Amino acid sequence: MSFYIPIGPQHHVHPEPLLMKFKVEGEQVIDVEINVSYTHRGIEKGFEYRDYMKGIFLAERICGICNAAHTLCYTQNIEQLLGKEIPPRAKYLRLIVEELSRIHSHLLWLGLAAHQIGFETLFMYVWRDREKVLDLLETITGNRVVTAYNTIGGVRRDITPEIEQKIRKSLDYLEERTKYFKKVVMEEPTVLVRTQNVGILKPREAIELFAVGPVLRASGIKHDIRADDPYIAHDEVPFNVVTYDTCDVYARILVRVDEILECINMVRYSLDHLPSGEYRIRMPVIVRPPPGESVSRVEAPRGELLHYVRSDGSDKPYRYKVRTPTLANIPSTARMLTSRGDYIVYIADIPIIFGSIDPCLCCTGRVMFIDIEKSKSWVWTYNELVRYSLKRFERHD
Amino acid sequence: MPRPGYMVSEIYKNLLKKRATILYPFKERELVHLPKGFRGRIIFNRDKCIGCQMCFRVCPAQAIKIIEDERGKRPIFFMYRCIYCGSCAEYCPVKAIELSDIFENIAFNKKDLLVK
Repeated sequence: MSFYIPIGPQHHVHPEPLLMKFKVEGEQVIDVEINVSYTHRGIEKGFEYRDYMKGIFLAERICGICNAAHTLCYTQNIEQLLGKEIPPRAKYLRLIVEELSRIHSHLLWLGLAAHQIGFETLFMYVWRDREKVLDLLETITGNRVVTAYNTIGGVRRDITPEIEQKIRKSLDYLEERTKYFKKVVMEEPTVLVRTQNVGILKPREAIELFAVGPVLRASGIKHDIRADDPYIAHDEVPFNVVTYDTCDVYARILVRVDEILECINMVRYSLDHLPSGEYRIRMPVIVRPPPGESVSRVEAPRGELLHYVRSDGSDKPYRYKVRTPTLANIPSTARMLTSRGDYIVYIADIPIIFGSIDPCLCCTGRVMFIDIEKSKSWVWTYNELVRYSLKRFERHD
Repeated sequence: MPRPGYMVSEIYKNLLKKRATILYPFKERELVHLPKGFRGRIIFNRDKCIGCQMCFRVCPAQAIKIIEDERGKRPIFFMYRCIYCGSCAEYCPVKAIELSDIFENIAFNKKDLLVK
Protein backbone atom coordinates (compact mmCIF):
# COMPACT_ATOMS: atom_id res chain seq x y z
CA MET A 1 0.00 0.00 0.00
CA SER A 2 1.40 3.37 -0.94
CA PHE A 3 0.93 6.85 0.48
CA TYR A 4 1.71 10.33 -0.75
CA ILE A 5 3.82 12.64 1.40
CA PRO A 6 3.89 16.27 0.28
CA ILE A 7 6.97 18.22 1.34
CA GLY A 8 6.67 21.95 0.79
CA PRO A 9 6.00 24.61 -0.44
CA GLN A 10 6.82 25.68 3.13
CA HIS A 11 8.77 23.04 5.01
CA HIS A 12 11.66 23.02 7.47
CA VAL A 13 13.63 20.52 5.36
CA HIS A 14 14.29 23.23 2.83
CA PRO A 15 13.68 26.91 3.51
CA GLU A 16 12.99 27.82 -0.11
CA PRO A 17 9.59 27.25 -1.68
CA LEU A 18 9.18 24.05 -3.69
CA LEU A 19 6.76 21.15 -3.63
CA MET A 20 8.02 17.57 -3.64
CA LYS A 21 5.28 14.96 -3.70
CA PHE A 22 6.66 11.59 -2.60
CA LYS A 23 4.95 8.29 -3.20
CA VAL A 24 6.09 6.02 -0.39
CA GLU A 25 5.71 2.39 0.57
CA GLY A 26 6.63 2.06 4.21
CA GLU A 27 9.99 3.79 4.56
CA GLN A 28 10.83 3.59 0.87
CA VAL A 29 10.32 6.33 -1.68
CA ILE A 30 9.09 4.85 -4.95
CA ASP A 31 8.18 7.95 -6.91
CA VAL A 32 8.58 11.70 -6.74
CA GLU A 33 7.07 14.69 -8.46
CA ILE A 34 8.87 18.03 -8.13
CA ASN A 35 7.24 21.41 -8.71
CA VAL A 36 9.54 24.41 -8.64
CA SER A 37 7.27 27.11 -10.01
CA TYR A 38 6.62 29.07 -6.83
CA THR A 39 9.12 31.87 -7.25
CA HIS A 40 8.54 33.43 -10.63
CA ARG A 41 9.93 36.93 -10.27
CA GLY A 42 9.69 38.28 -13.81
CA ILE A 43 13.41 39.01 -14.02
CA GLU A 44 13.71 38.17 -17.73
CA LYS A 45 10.96 40.67 -18.47
CA GLY A 46 12.64 43.15 -16.14
CA PHE A 47 15.74 43.14 -18.34
CA GLU A 48 13.66 44.37 -21.28
CA TYR A 49 12.78 47.56 -19.38
CA ARG A 50 16.30 48.49 -18.23
CA ASP A 51 19.21 49.75 -20.23
CA TYR A 52 22.30 47.57 -20.40
CA MET A 53 24.25 49.25 -17.58
CA LYS A 54 21.37 48.96 -15.11
CA GLY A 55 20.83 45.34 -16.14
CA ILE A 56 24.08 44.38 -14.39
CA PHE A 57 22.52 45.07 -11.01
CA LEU A 58 19.41 43.10 -11.90
CA ALA A 59 21.53 40.15 -13.09
CA GLU A 60 23.31 40.29 -9.75
CA ARG A 61 20.03 39.81 -7.93
CA ILE A 62 19.02 36.62 -9.77
CA CYS A 63 20.93 34.69 -7.13
CA GLY A 64 22.63 36.06 -4.03
CA ILE A 65 25.42 33.52 -3.69
CA CYS A 66 26.31 33.16 -7.38
CA ASN A 67 26.12 36.92 -8.00
CA ALA A 68 29.71 37.11 -9.30
CA ALA A 69 28.98 34.36 -11.85
CA HIS A 70 25.76 36.03 -13.00
CA THR A 71 27.32 39.46 -13.54
CA LEU A 72 30.28 37.83 -15.24
CA CYS A 73 27.98 36.01 -17.64
CA TYR A 74 25.92 39.14 -18.28
CA THR A 75 28.86 41.44 -18.91
CA GLN A 76 30.59 38.88 -21.16
CA ASN A 77 27.43 38.64 -23.19
CA ILE A 78 27.11 42.39 -23.69
CA GLU A 79 30.83 42.72 -24.47
CA GLN A 80 30.46 40.04 -27.16
CA LEU A 81 27.54 42.00 -28.63
CA LEU A 82 29.55 45.23 -28.59
CA GLY A 83 32.68 43.47 -29.93
CA LYS A 84 34.87 44.79 -27.11
CA GLU A 85 37.84 43.03 -25.54
CA ILE A 86 38.55 43.76 -21.86
CA PRO A 87 42.10 44.46 -20.61
CA PRO A 88 44.15 41.44 -19.39
CA ARG A 89 44.31 42.75 -15.81
CA ALA A 90 40.51 42.90 -15.67
CA LYS A 91 40.36 39.26 -16.78
CA TYR A 92 42.56 38.18 -13.87
CA LEU A 93 40.68 40.34 -11.36
CA ARG A 94 37.38 38.87 -12.51
CA LEU A 95 38.84 35.39 -12.09
CA ILE A 96 40.00 36.15 -8.54
CA VAL A 97 36.55 37.34 -7.44
CA GLU A 98 34.83 34.47 -9.27
CA GLU A 99 37.00 31.85 -7.55
CA LEU A 100 36.69 33.50 -4.13
CA SER A 101 32.92 33.43 -4.42
CA ARG A 102 33.14 29.78 -5.46
CA ILE A 103 35.08 29.04 -2.26
CA HIS A 104 32.40 30.94 -0.34
CA SER A 105 29.57 29.02 -2.01
CA HIS A 106 31.17 25.59 -1.52
CA LEU A 107 31.99 26.25 2.14
CA LEU A 108 28.43 27.42 2.70
CA TRP A 109 27.16 24.24 1.07
CA LEU A 110 29.51 22.02 3.09
CA GLY A 111 28.10 23.57 6.27
CA LEU A 112 24.53 23.08 5.09
CA ALA A 113 25.19 19.46 4.13
CA ALA A 114 26.63 18.82 7.59
CA HIS A 115 23.55 20.45 9.07
CA GLN A 116 21.25 18.27 6.98
CA ILE A 117 22.89 15.03 8.11
CA GLY A 118 22.74 16.24 11.73
CA PHE A 119 26.46 16.97 12.18
CA GLU A 120 26.12 20.42 13.77
CA THR A 121 29.73 20.64 14.98
CA LEU A 122 31.11 20.58 11.45
CA PHE A 123 28.43 23.06 10.37
CA MET A 124 29.51 25.58 13.03
CA TYR A 125 33.24 25.33 12.29
CA VAL A 126 32.80 25.53 8.53
CA TRP A 127 30.66 28.64 8.79
CA ARG A 128 33.12 30.27 11.17
CA ASP A 129 35.90 29.85 8.61
CA ARG A 130 33.67 30.97 5.76
CA GLU A 131 33.76 34.44 7.34
CA LYS A 132 37.38 34.72 6.16
CA VAL A 133 36.32 34.53 2.49
CA LEU A 134 33.49 36.98 3.08
CA ASP A 135 35.97 39.41 4.65
CA LEU A 136 38.19 39.05 1.58
CA LEU A 137 35.28 39.73 -0.78
CA GLU A 138 34.33 42.74 1.34
CA THR A 139 37.86 44.11 1.17
CA ILE A 140 38.14 43.67 -2.59
CA THR A 141 34.68 44.72 -3.70
CA GLY A 142 33.14 46.74 -0.86
CA ASN A 143 30.39 44.35 0.16
CA ARG A 144 30.19 40.93 1.75
CA VAL A 145 27.84 39.09 -0.56
CA VAL A 146 26.44 41.32 -3.32
CA THR A 147 29.74 42.32 -4.83
CA ALA A 148 28.79 44.66 -7.73
CA TYR A 149 32.32 44.09 -9.05
CA ASN A 150 32.03 43.24 -12.74
CA THR A 151 30.92 45.90 -15.15
CA ILE A 152 30.74 46.21 -18.90
CA GLY A 153 34.34 46.82 -19.97
CA GLY A 154 36.16 45.39 -16.96
CA VAL A 155 35.91 45.58 -13.18
CA ARG A 156 35.11 48.49 -10.90
CA ARG A 157 38.01 48.38 -8.45
CA ASP A 158 41.66 47.47 -8.47
CA ILE A 159 43.65 45.31 -6.05
CA THR A 160 46.33 47.18 -4.08
CA PRO A 161 49.46 45.47 -2.62
CA GLU A 162 47.97 45.61 0.91
CA ILE A 163 44.84 43.78 -0.23
CA GLU A 164 47.04 41.24 -2.01
CA GLN A 165 48.93 40.54 1.23
CA LYS A 166 45.63 40.10 3.07
CA ILE A 167 44.34 37.66 0.45
CA ARG A 168 47.50 35.54 0.65
CA LYS A 169 47.34 35.41 4.45
CA SER A 170 43.68 34.38 4.51
CA LEU A 171 44.22 31.80 1.76
CA ASP A 172 46.92 30.07 3.83
CA TYR A 173 44.50 29.80 6.74
CA LEU A 174 41.69 28.60 4.46
CA GLU A 175 43.87 25.96 2.83
CA GLU A 176 44.85 24.51 6.20
CA ARG A 177 41.24 24.48 7.38
CA THR A 178 39.89 22.97 4.15
CA LYS A 179 42.44 20.14 4.34
CA TYR A 180 41.28 19.51 7.91
CA PHE A 181 37.61 19.46 6.80
CA LYS A 182 38.49 17.00 4.06
CA LYS A 183 40.04 14.73 6.66
CA VAL A 184 36.91 15.05 8.83
CA VAL A 185 34.69 14.13 5.89
CA MET A 186 36.83 11.10 5.03
CA GLU A 187 37.32 9.81 8.61
CA GLU A 188 34.20 10.68 10.59
CA PRO A 189 31.61 7.84 10.55
CA THR A 190 28.75 10.33 11.03
CA VAL A 191 29.41 11.62 7.52
CA LEU A 192 30.31 8.28 5.93
CA VAL A 193 27.22 6.42 7.13
CA ARG A 194 24.83 9.13 5.99
CA THR A 195 26.37 9.81 2.59
CA GLN A 196 27.96 6.66 1.13
CA ASN A 197 25.71 4.81 -1.36
CA VAL A 198 23.03 7.47 -0.93
CA GLY A 199 21.63 9.42 -3.87
CA ILE A 200 23.23 7.33 -6.62
CA LEU A 201 23.36 8.90 -10.09
CA LYS A 202 25.11 6.67 -12.63
CA PRO A 203 27.26 8.38 -15.30
CA ARG A 204 24.90 7.36 -18.12
CA GLU A 205 21.88 8.74 -16.26
CA ALA A 206 23.75 11.96 -15.50
CA ILE A 207 24.37 12.52 -19.20
CA GLU A 208 20.83 11.51 -20.20
CA LEU A 209 19.28 13.90 -17.66
CA PHE A 210 21.65 16.81 -18.42
CA ALA A 211 23.16 17.12 -14.96
CA VAL A 212 25.67 19.97 -14.63
CA GLY A 213 28.48 21.09 -12.36
CA PRO A 214 29.65 19.18 -9.28
CA VAL A 215 26.77 16.67 -9.61
CA LEU A 216 28.04 15.64 -13.04
CA ARG A 217 31.67 15.60 -11.92
CA ALA A 218 30.77 13.43 -8.90
CA SER A 219 29.41 10.89 -11.41
CA GLY A 220 32.87 10.60 -12.90
CA ILE A 221 32.40 12.77 -15.98
CA LYS A 222 35.08 15.34 -16.68
CA HIS A 223 33.04 18.37 -17.66
CA ASP A 224 33.81 21.91 -16.63
CA ILE A 225 33.12 25.04 -18.66
CA ARG A 226 36.32 26.57 -17.33
CA ALA A 227 38.31 23.80 -19.03
CA ASP A 228 36.08 22.95 -22.00
CA ASP A 229 35.21 26.47 -23.17
CA PRO A 230 37.62 28.82 -21.36
CA TYR A 231 36.43 32.32 -20.67
CA ILE A 232 38.26 35.26 -18.97
CA ALA A 233 41.73 34.05 -17.92
CA HIS A 234 40.90 30.38 -17.49
CA ASP A 235 42.98 29.37 -20.50
CA GLU A 236 46.09 30.80 -18.78
CA VAL A 237 45.55 29.73 -15.16
CA PRO A 238 46.18 25.97 -14.72
CA PHE A 239 43.81 23.82 -12.67
CA ASN A 240 42.55 20.25 -12.43
CA VAL A 241 38.97 19.22 -13.08
CA VAL A 242 38.08 17.23 -9.96
CA THR A 243 36.10 14.04 -10.54
CA TYR A 244 35.06 11.16 -8.30
CA ASP A 245 33.41 8.00 -9.52
CA THR A 246 31.42 6.70 -6.55
CA CYS A 247 28.38 8.65 -7.91
CA ASP A 248 26.86 9.26 -4.46
CA VAL A 249 26.45 12.17 -2.03
CA TYR A 250 29.87 11.40 -0.55
CA ALA A 251 31.48 11.99 -3.95
CA ARG A 252 29.64 15.31 -4.26
CA ILE A 253 31.05 16.45 -0.92
CA LEU A 254 34.59 15.46 -1.91
CA VAL A 255 34.29 17.12 -5.34
CA ARG A 256 33.33 20.40 -3.72
CA VAL A 257 36.00 20.20 -1.02
CA ASP A 258 38.69 19.44 -3.60
CA GLU A 259 37.42 22.27 -5.77
CA ILE A 260 37.97 24.68 -2.88
CA LEU A 261 41.63 23.60 -2.78
CA GLU A 262 41.90 24.05 -6.57
CA CYS A 263 40.33 27.52 -6.30
CA ILE A 264 42.86 28.54 -3.65
CA ASN A 265 45.72 27.54 -5.96
CA MET A 266 44.10 29.38 -8.87
CA VAL A 267 43.76 32.60 -6.87
CA ARG A 268 47.40 32.31 -5.74
CA TYR A 269 48.57 31.73 -9.31
CA SER A 270 46.61 34.70 -10.63
CA LEU A 271 47.98 36.96 -7.88
CA ASP A 272 51.50 35.90 -8.86
CA HIS A 273 50.89 36.49 -12.57
CA LEU A 274 48.65 39.56 -12.33
CA PRO A 275 49.33 41.68 -15.44
CA SER A 276 49.82 45.41 -15.01
CA GLY A 277 47.87 48.08 -16.83
CA GLU A 278 44.29 49.27 -17.00
CA TYR A 279 41.57 47.38 -15.15
CA ARG A 280 38.62 48.72 -17.12
CA ILE A 281 37.78 50.47 -20.36
CA ARG A 282 35.43 53.37 -19.84
CA MET A 283 32.05 52.86 -21.45
CA PRO A 284 29.33 55.46 -21.99
CA VAL A 285 26.32 55.36 -19.66
CA ILE A 286 23.98 54.36 -22.48
CA VAL A 287 25.39 51.61 -24.71
CA ARG A 288 23.67 50.68 -27.96
CA PRO A 289 24.96 47.32 -29.28
CA PRO A 290 24.32 46.50 -32.94
CA PRO A 291 21.37 44.17 -33.68
CA GLY A 292 22.23 40.54 -33.10
CA GLU A 293 22.28 37.82 -30.50
CA SER A 294 24.81 36.33 -28.18
CA VAL A 295 25.20 33.42 -25.76
CA SER A 296 27.66 33.17 -22.93
CA ARG A 297 28.43 30.29 -20.59
CA VAL A 298 30.05 30.41 -17.17
CA GLU A 299 30.85 27.71 -14.62
CA ALA A 300 28.92 29.04 -11.63
CA PRO A 301 29.56 27.35 -8.24
CA ARG A 302 26.49 25.15 -8.83
CA GLY A 303 27.21 24.24 -12.45
CA GLU A 304 26.91 25.55 -15.96
CA LEU A 305 25.14 28.89 -16.23
CA LEU A 306 23.84 30.16 -19.56
CA HIS A 307 22.73 33.64 -20.56
CA TYR A 308 21.25 34.56 -23.92
CA VAL A 309 20.63 38.09 -25.21
CA ARG A 310 19.02 39.41 -28.35
CA SER A 311 19.50 43.04 -29.26
CA ASP A 312 17.50 45.10 -31.72
CA GLY A 313 19.90 48.05 -31.78
CA SER A 314 18.22 50.07 -29.05
CA ASP A 315 19.54 50.79 -25.56
CA LYS A 316 17.57 47.93 -23.98
CA PRO A 317 17.74 44.18 -24.71
CA TYR A 318 14.91 42.84 -26.86
CA ARG A 319 15.01 39.45 -25.11
CA TYR A 320 17.05 38.13 -22.25
CA LYS A 321 17.12 34.49 -21.18
CA VAL A 322 18.78 32.90 -18.15
CA ARG A 323 19.22 29.16 -17.61
CA THR A 324 20.41 28.52 -14.07
CA PRO A 325 22.25 25.34 -12.94
CA THR A 326 19.64 24.25 -10.39
CA LEU A 327 16.96 24.00 -13.07
CA ALA A 328 19.24 21.72 -15.08
CA ASN A 329 19.81 19.51 -12.04
CA ILE A 330 16.14 19.04 -11.07
CA PRO A 331 15.50 16.02 -13.40
CA SER A 332 18.56 14.19 -12.06
CA THR A 333 17.40 14.90 -8.50
CA ALA A 334 14.09 13.22 -9.29
CA ARG A 335 16.06 10.17 -10.47
CA MET A 336 18.24 10.17 -7.34
CA LEU A 337 15.13 10.28 -5.14
CA THR A 338 13.46 7.28 -6.79
CA SER A 339 14.12 3.71 -5.64
CA ARG A 340 14.95 1.34 -8.47
CA GLY A 341 16.28 -2.23 -8.45
CA ASP A 342 18.42 -2.82 -5.40
CA TYR A 343 18.93 0.91 -4.81
CA ILE A 344 16.51 2.02 -2.11
CA VAL A 345 15.77 5.60 -1.01
CA TYR A 346 14.58 6.07 2.55
CA ILE A 347 12.52 9.02 3.76
CA ALA A 348 15.33 10.05 6.14
CA ASP A 349 17.70 10.52 3.17
CA ILE A 350 15.48 12.99 1.33
CA PRO A 351 17.03 16.20 2.80
CA ILE A 352 20.63 15.30 2.05
CA ILE A 353 19.89 13.90 -1.43
CA PHE A 354 17.99 17.00 -2.42
CA GLY A 355 20.58 19.17 -0.69
CA SER A 356 23.44 17.48 -2.53
CA ILE A 357 22.70 19.38 -5.75
CA ASP A 358 23.15 22.66 -3.83
CA PRO A 359 19.62 23.78 -4.67
CA CYS A 360 18.93 27.47 -5.13
CA LEU A 361 15.30 27.89 -6.03
CA CYS A 362 15.07 31.65 -6.09
CA CYS A 363 16.61 31.52 -9.55
CA THR A 364 14.70 28.49 -10.77
CA GLY A 365 11.02 29.50 -10.89
CA ARG A 366 9.25 29.05 -14.21
CA VAL A 367 5.76 29.91 -15.44
CA MET A 368 2.87 27.45 -15.16
CA PHE A 369 -0.59 28.03 -16.62
CA ILE A 370 -3.59 27.63 -14.33
CA ASP A 371 -7.24 27.67 -15.36
CA ILE A 372 -9.13 28.41 -12.14
CA GLU A 373 -12.60 27.69 -13.56
CA LYS A 374 -11.67 24.23 -14.80
CA SER A 375 -9.18 23.74 -11.90
CA LYS A 376 -6.55 22.59 -14.36
CA SER A 377 -2.85 23.44 -14.55
CA TRP A 378 -0.38 22.73 -17.33
CA VAL A 379 3.09 23.60 -18.58
CA TRP A 380 3.85 24.45 -22.19
CA THR A 381 5.74 21.92 -24.25
CA TYR A 382 8.69 22.86 -26.41
CA ASN A 383 6.60 22.88 -29.61
CA GLU A 384 3.93 25.13 -28.12
CA LEU A 385 6.63 27.52 -26.94
CA VAL A 386 8.23 27.61 -30.40
CA ARG A 387 4.85 28.26 -32.03
CA TYR A 388 4.15 31.11 -29.58
CA SER A 389 7.55 32.73 -30.05
CA LEU A 390 7.35 32.52 -33.86
CA LYS A 391 3.98 34.24 -33.73
CA ARG A 392 5.29 36.92 -31.42
CA PHE A 393 8.36 37.67 -33.52
CA GLU A 394 6.21 37.94 -36.66
CA ARG A 395 4.09 40.58 -34.98
CA HIS A 396 7.10 42.63 -33.87
CA ASP A 397 9.18 42.38 -37.02
CA MET B 1 39.99 3.15 9.98
CA PRO B 2 37.10 5.58 10.64
CA ARG B 3 36.44 6.23 14.28
CA PRO B 4 33.67 8.28 15.85
CA GLY B 5 34.46 11.57 17.53
CA TYR B 6 37.12 12.71 15.05
CA MET B 7 36.44 16.36 15.88
CA VAL B 8 36.74 16.00 19.68
CA SER B 9 40.36 17.22 19.73
CA GLU B 10 39.34 20.27 17.68
CA ILE B 11 36.53 21.02 20.11
CA TYR B 12 38.90 20.85 23.12
CA LYS B 13 41.37 23.14 21.33
CA ASN B 14 38.62 25.69 20.75
CA LEU B 15 37.41 25.54 24.36
CA LEU B 16 40.34 27.74 25.39
CA LYS B 17 39.90 30.22 22.52
CA LYS B 18 37.87 33.40 22.50
CA ARG B 19 34.38 33.08 21.03
CA ALA B 20 34.05 33.88 17.32
CA THR B 21 30.67 35.62 17.61
CA ILE B 22 30.60 39.35 18.22
CA LEU B 23 27.82 40.51 20.57
CA TYR B 24 27.16 43.20 18.02
CA PRO B 25 24.09 45.34 18.58
CA PHE B 26 24.52 45.91 22.32
CA LYS B 27 28.20 45.30 23.17
CA GLU B 28 31.52 45.13 21.32
CA ARG B 29 30.51 47.53 18.57
CA GLU B 30 34.15 48.51 18.16
CA LEU B 31 34.99 44.95 17.03
CA VAL B 32 32.89 45.32 13.87
CA HIS B 33 35.57 45.61 11.24
CA LEU B 34 34.81 47.50 8.06
CA PRO B 35 37.40 47.67 5.27
CA LYS B 36 38.37 50.78 3.35
CA GLY B 37 36.02 51.29 0.44
CA PHE B 38 32.96 49.81 2.11
CA ARG B 39 29.73 50.80 0.39
CA GLY B 40 27.44 52.28 3.04
CA ARG B 41 25.17 55.29 3.48
CA ILE B 42 25.57 58.05 0.90
CA ILE B 43 27.16 61.36 1.94
CA PHE B 44 26.32 64.28 -0.33
CA ASN B 45 28.30 67.50 -0.58
CA ARG B 46 26.05 70.33 -1.82
CA ASP B 47 28.92 72.78 -2.35
CA LYS B 48 30.58 70.58 -4.97
CA CYS B 49 27.41 69.60 -6.87
CA ILE B 50 27.00 71.19 -10.31
CA GLY B 51 23.53 69.79 -11.01
CA CYS B 52 24.48 67.64 -14.02
CA GLN B 53 21.90 64.92 -13.05
CA MET B 54 24.31 62.11 -13.91
CA CYS B 55 23.54 60.26 -10.64
CA PHE B 56 19.84 60.36 -11.46
CA ARG B 57 20.47 58.83 -14.88
CA VAL B 58 22.68 55.95 -13.72
CA CYS B 59 20.80 54.92 -10.57
CA PRO B 60 19.38 51.41 -11.21
CA ALA B 61 16.95 51.53 -8.27
CA GLN B 62 15.38 54.96 -8.88
CA ALA B 63 16.56 56.02 -5.43
CA ILE B 64 17.48 59.53 -6.59
CA LYS B 65 15.15 62.43 -7.32
CA ILE B 66 16.16 65.76 -8.79
CA ILE B 67 14.70 68.84 -7.07
CA GLU B 68 15.36 72.55 -7.43
CA ASP B 69 16.63 74.70 -4.60
CA GLU B 70 17.90 78.30 -4.48
CA ARG B 71 21.19 77.28 -6.14
CA GLY B 72 19.70 75.26 -8.98
CA LYS B 73 19.13 71.58 -9.59
CA ARG B 74 20.31 69.00 -7.06
CA PRO B 75 19.64 65.37 -6.13
CA ILE B 76 18.07 63.95 -2.99
CA PHE B 77 18.66 60.31 -2.04
CA PHE B 78 16.08 57.89 -0.66
CA MET B 79 18.15 55.42 1.32
CA TYR B 80 15.21 53.04 1.72
CA ARG B 81 15.35 52.39 -2.03
CA CYS B 82 19.14 52.42 -2.39
CA ILE B 83 20.84 49.13 -3.27
CA TYR B 84 24.34 50.43 -2.38
CA CYS B 85 25.82 49.74 -5.81
CA GLY B 86 27.88 52.92 -5.79
CA SER B 87 27.05 53.86 -9.41
CA CYS B 88 26.21 57.48 -8.50
CA ALA B 89 29.54 57.99 -6.72
CA GLU B 90 31.37 56.37 -9.62
CA TYR B 91 29.82 58.50 -12.35
CA CYS B 92 29.75 61.83 -10.44
CA PRO B 93 32.12 64.12 -12.39
CA VAL B 94 33.00 66.33 -9.38
CA LYS B 95 33.00 63.66 -6.62
CA ALA B 96 30.18 65.31 -4.71
CA ILE B 97 28.78 61.91 -3.71
CA GLU B 98 30.65 59.51 -1.44
CA LEU B 99 29.73 56.20 0.13
CA SER B 100 30.57 56.18 3.82
CA ASP B 101 30.95 53.23 6.20
CA ILE B 102 27.64 53.85 7.99
CA PHE B 103 25.84 50.54 7.55
CA GLU B 104 22.99 50.88 10.04
CA ASN B 105 20.36 52.37 7.76
CA ILE B 106 17.28 51.57 9.78
CA ALA B 107 14.73 54.10 10.99
CA PHE B 108 11.21 54.38 12.33
CA ASN B 109 10.55 57.37 10.11
CA LYS B 110 11.06 57.46 6.35
CA LYS B 111 12.33 61.04 6.58
CA ASP B 112 15.36 59.87 8.58
CA LEU B 113 16.42 57.86 5.54
CA LEU B 114 16.50 60.87 3.25
CA VAL B 115 19.96 62.22 2.43
CA LYS B 116 19.93 65.89 1.53
